[in-house]
Amino acid sequence: MNDEKDDTNIDCREVLHRVYHFLDGEMTPERRDEIARHLDRCAPCLRAFGFETELRRLIANRCRDQVPEELRTRIAAAIDHEHRQRSKTGGIAKGVEL
Amino acid sequence: MADQETFAEDTAGFMASLYTAALRMTRNPSDAQDLVQETYLKAYRGYGGFEAGTNLKAWLYRILTNTFINSYRSRARRPEETELDDVEELYLFRRMGGRDDAMGRSAEEEALAWVTDDEVKAALESLPENFRMTVLLADVEGFSYKEIAEIMDVPIGTVMSRLHRGRRALEKALHDFGVARGLVAAR
Repeated sequence: MNDEKDDTNIDCREVLHRVYHFLDGEMTPERRDEIARHLDRCAPCLRAFGFETELRRLIANRCRDQVPEELRTRIAAAIDHEHRQRSKTGGIAKGVEL
Repeated sequence: MADQETFAEDTAGFMASLYTAALRMTRNPSDAQDLVQETYLKAYRGYGGFEAGTNLKAWLYRILTNTFINSYRSRARRPEETELDDVEELYLFRRMGGRDDAMGRSAEEEALAWVTDDEVKAALESLPENFRMTVLLADVEGFSYKEIAEIMDVPIGTVMSRLHRGRRALEKALHDFGVARGLVAAR
């Protein structure tokens, strides 16, 4: 048996087509290994995968926003108000005539 | 059954990411604030029904997404606003991937360094809503395909399709920004 056998089952086109599945971890272990082996010996494909990984990281990191302090305050107040309403009425009856 | 007493503490850590998501969805800071507030109130009211120890983040995002769809989503959506032209695979890489520079930095690292935060946000916001939300949930918030399917109440196949097409469209939008700034040759 030849240990150096090439994985001719999967070529660059197929590998690149699956870049998202691979990076998302949405792939069977066998498929994953197959692609990982390809990447071990194929610099151009590895480069493409590296780029897409960096791009994902970029999008995650650059898409952050500061929460306005007034929003935190508003929400805390709204929940507090809701909480006190419930405590008053027992949380069940609404619009009950007394 | 989760306890409303601990609601504030349990959920405070998610406000920043919910707000970011709301901004990308509504594209309007005032609406985004209202959306997040409404989400927190609904979550508070329904917290007794949340099974403690299960995926709280996904649960909150489901409320956010539903509230957005029901109350804030633009009603008069024209067909072209829900469609997306096909963009080739690895759009950005094919136009920017290349040689290493003299200092050994890859062309990719160089290429991605020029993008500003506002450009990334604008690129994402330029996508039609369904694609935008899917890419947001996957790439900004890190949800799995399965979690996204549950949050958006669509089949996993739909998630995959929207995600792949949405990402490619996002790459094209980023590329267009680069071209506009004269940093990248149009190709």
